[in-house]
Amino acid sequence: MAGDQTVKATRRDLLSMIGMAAGSAAMYRAMTTLGLAAGSDYAGPIRLDGDPKGASVLVLGAGLAGMTAALELRNAGYEVKVLEFNERPGGRNWTLRGGDTYTELGGARQSCGFAPGLYLNPGPWRIPYHHRALLDYCRRLGVALEPFVQLNHNAYLHSASAFDGRPQRIRAIKADLQGHVSELLAKATQQGKLDEAVSAEDKEMLLHALRSWGALDDDYAYKASLLTSAYRGHAKDPGGGPGAAPTPSEPLGLSEVLRSRLWRYLQNFSAIEFQTTMFQPVGGMDMIGKAFGRALGEVIRYGAKVTRIQQDGGGVTVTYADAADTSSVAQEKADWCVCTIPLSILSQIPIDVGAPMKAAIDAVPYLSALKVGLQFRRRFWEEDEAIYGGISYTDLPIGQIAYPNAGMNGGGPGVLLGAYTFEGANGYEFASMAPAERVARVLDIGAAIHPQYRAEFDNGIAVAWHRVPFTLGCAGNWSEEARAAHYDDLCRIDGRIVLAGEHASYLPAWQEGAILSSLDAIGRLHERVVGG
Amino acid sequence: MSGRIPAWLVAALAASLAAAGTSATRAGDALPTPVAPNMLSPGRTFAETNGASLYANACQGCHMADARGAIGAGSYPSLAGDQNLEAAGYVVAVVVRGQRAMPAVGRSMTDEQVAAVADYVRSHFGNAYPDAVTAAEVKAARP
Repeated sequence: MAGDQTVKATRRDLLSMIGMAAGSAAMYRAMTTLGLAAGSDYAGPIRLDGDPKGASVLVLGAGLAGMTAALELRNAGYEVKVLEFNERPGGRNWTLRGGDTYTELGGARQSCGFAPGLYLNPGPWRIPYHHRALLDYCRRLGVALEPFVQLNHNAYLHSASAFDGRPQRIRAIKADLQGHVSELLAKATQQGKLDEAVSAEDKEMLLHALRSWGALDDDYAYKASLLTSAYRGHAKDPGGGPGAAPTPSEPLGLSEVLRSRLWRYLQNFSAIEFQTTMFQPVGGMDMIGKAFGRALGEVIRYGAKVTRIQQDGGGVTVTYADAADTSSVAQEKADWCVCTIPLSILSQIPIDVGAPMKAAIDAVPYLSALKVGLQFRRRFWEEDEAIYGGISYTDLPIGQIAYPNAGMNGGGPGVLLGAYTFEGANGYEFASMAPAERVARVLDIGAAIHPQYRAEFDNGIAVAWHRVPFTLGCAGNWSEEARAAHYDDLCRIDGRIVLAGEHASYLPAWQEGAILSSLDAIGRLHERVVGG
Repeated sequence: MSGRIPAWLVAALAASLAAAGTSATRAGDALPTPVAPNMLSPGRTFAETNGASLYANACQGCHMADARGAIGAGSYPSLAGDQNLEAAGYVVAVVVRGQRAMPAVGRSMTDEQVAAVADYVRSHFGNAYPDAVTAAEVKAARP
């Protein structure tokens, strides 16, 4: 127990430091990294051996959790049906393209005006290489993947209050931070100040390592040279012919780098969730949901709004209304129910479960998040700035600008992710705006980083997740306290009902969490069915 | 950070009106001109200084401008003419602690801000509860 306490305190201290330095968005990322997500524990395709003897399962929700359950249970011999609120499969696995319309809560309707082939993934948009379950389903369902560029050294780090608001190339900040830190450590090492911590044998190796990691010269100094420019970029790039020799760039000073606070964004490239290789489906994230949907076909009943979930010793009865005409009500019965409805919705639906599960359903607030897609007439980030894919980070309310990872160097229009933020005051403030105002504000803000916005903007679309009718938020936001008190109760089979989804996983807000939760739930359900 | 849309943007929007089909936000679209422009706070916490502004920038995202909520797969409750608001302590508790899927949005507000927005909701949208909330009451209600 003492050990647990120590670990907990240390982690909390670290989180609090990160929170102070980088804000709660970074803290949230750090929490999922440090405390929860350490890659996926997927162990290969699920095996549901034994005969379910015609048992029926009703799955609620055709997101990745629900469709994983439906697909595997059907393959195992169950009679399966799925009820889905939307008129499409996928849930938060969702892509908006030219010609699509989207009506948010409050009634604002947007029609997407993107050119053919261009899109916005309003929800999930990247897949870590260690999300093995999701990758496995992509392979099995024939969903083609391509690289998602998380780290582009030539993208920007930006702060309104550093370098007079001029964006800095990621490679320069990274090289200068590493270089200066290495120089300081090398000095301390040579002056014997680290003798207590570093053995005589290790000292020599440490100096070698610092020189290599920090691009230090023979005197362990980090300064303008062709060596350091090979990492941070040249003032004049090398060319061909006479007079084409490169000239070194001048590193930023240590104090400048530290005070800019731009170093805090480098963690977006180092945590395991964001390490290379990351993937995206070719053509949009919803290729995954569509592939699941095709595999399930008629099994899914679309446009069904669940209004009541009842169970007794004999089975489960779910009442649902036609989403387009809620006066039209029907019921579906089954022996078992896998419910993947987000807790934001499920907490409002009368459901026959015990008090512990009900308390768990009620224990999880849902995050705000904003994504804005902006189409520009030309791919100026590529043509003018040599930024091909990747993400620029900023302390402005847009949070980041992400460049498309497909169609690179091909000319023509392109769609940027002009904003991706979650939580914090700005999340609520953006949700409070009309969609057109969100787009206008994001354009106005982003022009500080890319002035080309002013001449090249064509059209845009904004998704604020608290306004999304089928989730009322982007993902469940478990606090450590709530998870300790309720998580196990949420996951436990209650009579004939088991819940699944990212909210019932330790990979919150990730598609992998939804799938792993689903596989775990149906594994336990199946044991109960064939065992008893 | 102000609520104004700059001239270049209006011009850019106007410039390609000809190219515009039906789209969400196209160059040339008329932009909304809200009575109280929405703001974007400079930090993680709310910078709005009065109840009306806090409602319009924090609560409105879910409960809507008319406080009547919205209905999708689930719903956001209406706060208009809402008898639950009679107990000021209930309103404050929901704002600072959250309730079910509703985040504890009051964590990103000062005690004074929570009091101001609670008072605003309790005295608008068909609600007319005269007793004001104090910052001390908010402080005591925080988890």
